[in-house]
Amino acid sequence: MPELIVYGIVLGSIIALGSVGLTLIWGITDLFNCAHGDQMTVGAYIALVVGSLFSRVGFLQGKVGPFSFNWGLLVAFIPAILISAGLAILIDRWVYKPLRRWGATSIVGFIASIGVAWALRGLIYILWGADYHFYFHGIRPMLFLPLGIKVRVDEIFIMVVAWAAVVAVYLFLARTKTGKALRAVADNPALARVAGIGTERMIVWAWAIAGALIAIAGMLYGIETQLRPEMGWIFLLPLFAAIILGGQGSITGALVGGLVMGIAQQVSTAWLLPSYKPAVAFILMVLVLLIRPQGIFGRR
Amino acid sequence: MTILRVEDVVSGYGSMEVLHGLSIEVEEGQIVSMLGPNGAGKTTLLRTVFGVLRPWKGKIYFKEEDISGLPPEKIVRMGMAYIPQEYNIFPSLTVHENLEMGAFIREDDIGPRMEEIYELFPDLTDRRKSRAGQLSGGMRQMLAIGRALMLNPELLLLDEPSTGLAPFLVDAIFDRVEKLNDQGVTVFLVEQNAAKALQSSDRAYILEGGEKKAEGSAQEMLEDEEIGRLYLGR
Repeated sequence: MPELIVYGIVLGSIIALGSVGLTLIWGITDLFNCAHGDQMTVGAYIALVVGSLFSRVGFLQGKVGPFSFNWGLLVAFIPAILISAGLAILIDRWVYKPLRRWGATSIVGFIASIGVAWALRGLIYILWGADYHFYFHGIRPMLFLPLGIKVRVDEIFIMVVAWAAVVAVYLFLARTKTGKALRAVADNPALARVAGIGTERMIVWAWAIAGALIAIAGMLYGIETQLRPEMGWIFLLPLFAAIILGGQGSITGALVGGLVMGIAQQVSTAWLLPSYKPAVAFILMVLVLLIRPQGIFGRR
Repeated sequence: MTILRVEDVVSGYGSMEVLHGLSIEVEEGQIVSMLGPNGAGKTTLLRTVFGVLRPWKGKIYFKEEDISGLPPEKIVRMGMAYIPQEYNIFPSLTVHENLEMGAFIREDDIGPRMEEIYELFPDLTDRRKSRAGQLSGGMRQMLAIGRALMLNPELLLLDEPSTGLAPFLVDAIFDRVEKLNDQGVTVFLVEQNAAKALQSSDRAYILEGGEKKAEGSAQEMLEDEEIGRLYLGR
């Protein structure tokens, strides 16, 4: 059982990281972005492409410390993060911004985002096919902790990177003028306008952050498991469950919700088949909606 | 100088016309109030002046410049600030962050202005780290005014500052408004509490059904019997 909890924290860290951007977009634009999971897949695949380009030219092929992956993949994270952030901004400009201008309701945006999700996934199938891909091959070093807990060394990396990224975003939102303005827009968009805060500019910031974070989450998930076109789409359910548990726009809520979802899913495998994991997330989400629809840290 | 001039403005929501050709003027350095019953169009007027709503017809001039149809984010940069009646703070931000957001468009050092605001509203000083959503109604109103003042506006639009407040708080709010006016801020306020507003104002308008019913000096209005009977509950 302690081992399952540790696995849950690893998975929960990735869910938490992925859900921060999702709840930020939900808070600021009222959009429940169904394409978030597939943007995650795109981020993971971009890192794969850049990483394999490096290995073809034999650039940075040394392994990083005790981990399974090489320096090339680590460096490939950077373009993947930037491209994913840029893609998020472009999707907003081409799809959601026109909808906002026409005064479309959030349900229209929701349905449009399902379209974006299918388009992105279709693109991945076209470019990379349906096969599984791996960032690296060979054995994965293990670490033996007290209480008989075995974890992969890579999972330590995953947790450290996920929480470092979360802390960085948290500090950005808490300390910088732009971060505070983002929270102000999420809080009260009408008053933000009256105070001269350009809402559209803040929305661009929100998408950039969401795109960057979800790319990191995708790459970490890729290190933990493998890359496949459906990875993000399936990952969307625990992400939604996490932000519903946390409450609209609440970063803290998303982090707590993400950890709860990760731990609940992994611990459930003590009694249930692993293929029921998404069902566990779904049941938790329904329970939250029934008992406390505004979420734990919700505003309403 | 006439700091604000509204000429024959028609405005409303969707297809519902609320203001039917309204003209008003606010002289620099004065406190001018717009009185009238619920639904008279007072809030609609402020929202139209500040660009939250676009005027359907007519012109609005601020410091002799045509601002009709400009968005709020442009108007706020010209030296006008607006305090809505409701939802006028950022609830999940701290008091201090609310004031910082009030100064969002300023690039210079806002520290000294911040201290002036805390001096004007000493109660806020002790709560600067609290979330604004946890403040009492009176403190929220103080914070809302403080937020708008961060930009040193020349003209302050104030929507029903006394709503929902206990009488002693209403007095405190009007006291601050007069103090600000002494410092040179022109105030255009909308109020249902007509008697209270007139005591602080230089001039006043009475609005009913989207049309101007009366205008004059606050003193004349306080002395006028018919206005007293109809609008001041005498």
